Amino acid sequence: MSRDVSLDRVTMRFASYVAVNNVSLDIKAGEFFSFLGPSGCGKTTILRMISGFMNPTEGRILIGGEDMKGNGPNKRPTALIFQNLALFPMMSVADNIAFGLEMRGVDKSVRRRRAEELLELVALPDAADKRIDELSGGMKQRVAIARALAVEPQVMLLDEPLSALDLKLRQHMRAELRAIQRRTGLTFIYITHDQGEALTMSDRVGVMSRGQLEQVGPPSEIYNEPATAFVAGFVGENNVFTGRITEVAGGQAVVETGDGRLIGRNPRGIRVGTQVVMLVRPERLKPLAVAGPTPENPNVLSRSVDHVDFEGAFANVHLKQPDGAKPLSMHISNDGSLTDLVGDRVFTVGFAPQDALVLAANGA
Amino acid sequence: MVQLYHRYGALLATLLIAATAIWVLMMVVLPYLVMAEYSFHPNLPMTQQGGPNDVYTLSNYASLFSGIDLLNGELPDDFRVFLRTIWGSTLVTFISLVVCYPVAWHLAKAAKPEQVGLLILLLIIPFWINEILRTFAWYIILAYNGPLNSALLGMGLLDKPYRWLSGSGGVLIGMTYAFILFMMFPLINAIETLDISQVEAARDLGAPEWQIHRRIVIPHAKPGIAVGSIMVFVLAASSYIVPAVLGSPGTRWFTETIYIWFFEGQDWPRGSAYAFILLGLCVVFILSVMRIFRVGLTDIAK
Ligand SMILES: Nc1ncnc2c1ncn2[C@@H]1O[C@H](COP(=O)(O)OP(=O)(O)OP(=O)(O)O)[C@@H](O)[C@H]1O
Ligand SMILES: [Mg+2]
Repeated sequence: MSRDVSLDRVTMRFASYVAVNNVSLDIKAGEFFSFLGPSGCGKTTILRMISGFMNPTEGRILIGGEDMKGNGPNKRPTALIFQNLALFPMMSVADNIAFGLEMRGVDKSVRRRRAEELLELVALPDAADKRIDELSGGMKQRVAIARALAVEPQVMLLDEPLSALDLKLRQHMRAELRAIQRRTGLTFIYITHDQGEALTMSDRVGVMSRGQLEQVGPPSEIYNEPATAFVAGFVGENNVFTGRITEVAGGQAVVETGDGRLIGRNPRGIRVGTQVVMLVRPERLKPLAVAGPTPENPNVLSRSVDHVDFEGAFANVHLKQPDGAKPLSMHISNDGSLTDLVGDRVFTVGFAPQDALVLAANGA
Repeated sequence: MVQLYHRYGALLATLLIAATAIWVLMMVVLPYLVMAEYSFHPNLPMTQQGGPNDVYTLSNYASLFSGIDLLNGELPDDFRVFLRTIWGSTLVTFISLVVCYPVAWHLAKAAKPEQVGLLILLLIIPFWINEILRTFAWYIILAYNGPLNSALLGMGLLDKPYRWLSGSGGVLIGMTYAFILFMMFPLINAIETLDISQVEAARDLGAPEWQIHRRIVIPHAKPGIAVGSIMVFVLAASSYIVPAVLGSPGTRWFTETIYIWFFEGQDWPRGSAYAFILLGLCVVFILSVMRIFRVGLTDIAK
């Protein structure tokens, strides 16, 4: 039982400040959708508008095809999980979970049974009579989820609910949340500034910047085909080469950069003469056994090692750039070939044109 | 203490502490001890004091309750005053709470920050004026031909002036006004610490406004309510000026009874005993409030 959520040209202004700027989006019923963006980009504002705590200054919000204008938070089929959880410290765990039912006049024994069922669902049996301050961070998390589920919402709204947890627990709760979403089949709208969270959990991700939706798509598309330089920079690491396009042919562009003449994909069809950035993910930069550029390997650079960060599964090799600019980063997987990375060794590295993405420099 | 020794050296610090201790002993502890001693002796003429009749007795305490005849519904005057003081102070406490709660809620959570400073200033300004003057101001306002009656008559709410000052009305109004800030500030402080997202969460879960207050705000504000109630009750029960100015002979307060025994009846032992009974009343009230609201001394100290 879940419903789709639509934002129709939604804008939110605080005095003259535009916190959310003309966002249009359809979130499908049963989808796990994440808003991803840096602090202050308007994520919470969007969620508060969907939940009914704020009304957009322009545009409409529809849930299940119905315009929600004028419906307060209690009149919407949504449940919000707050950034700080907002559990009620003076009530027991069971009373917290049953609060929504209590407000609907549900019988005490029925409430109790429902609370216990939900505790089962969030893997916290036997916690019903505990006090809130007796719970660990992860347990509080689960209680907050159970409390929201108790009112049988059709859309769950979650505002960075994992941000207070430590890394291990956060990763565990990601899987847990995703499992609960699958089990209940509800629409989940999730907010985060953590790209890892957004990529691992979501069916689709909407990347936001300064109140605007920059790109919407499945996680792999966001990572592999970023639509703007902002998205590319915010989601994952990049080696950035800036320059000007000198030639365009067959979906590729030749860019004259400070590192020489480089060739990359040009999916946006940017014209000759435009100032662009060429982006190469560290895992796509590879050591090559050639001396210089060849027709098969047009993008070749010779760089000495600055330093190596050993990350376990891979090594992050930092390569000195000639003019003292930010070193290039190259991920080499830890497959046994890592022994000779030490020292001032000069590497010949390169990347295939299809692994380099050319985007307009201003991010537009 | 350690700081004191650090700053002034051992000798001076010891002197300072000793001086403070002596001051507290002489001015605070000793008078009470003397009064306590008085309260357990019969009221004797000077010549017999220390004589064979000067024994320890509880008669001064018992005298408040002697002559109570519940079967015939007869209560001695002093006891009647005592009951009125309990009932009146409770009422003043309750009225203060009812009036303060919405205001405190508004100031702590609803109002814009720039308004709050101004509103609090407006609340405080009247209290820069001396208590006697303030009480006399109420005397003027509540007078038979005073502005309150004129206003009510003018608005057509009354068809003849009301005698505010001959019943308990004046005393209750005056006391509520005098002590209301002692309810207001603990309440504001308590409500202010409530995380507003709890209120929003309750609303999101379908709670109507009154349930939000019943289940979230009031339980959170309990220590503030307890502190405010204790302050107002104790101040009201031990208030002298307000009942003296705004009361009438029919609305005598227990403090006035104590005064009368001390200075008109010249019965210091009984006056002392009554003063301790009043103190006992306040202690009982404090303990029951702490019990009812399940707050400890540490919560109140906050
Ligand atoms: N009630 C408000 N009045 C004025 N400005 C506001 C209000 N609420 C939010 N803003 C502003 O709108 C912008 C977006 O805020 P929002 O809380 O949506 O950001 P966010 O993306 O959730 O950030 P974070 O990751 O830090 O939670 C911020 O610059 C914030 O200062
Ligand atoms: Mg936020």
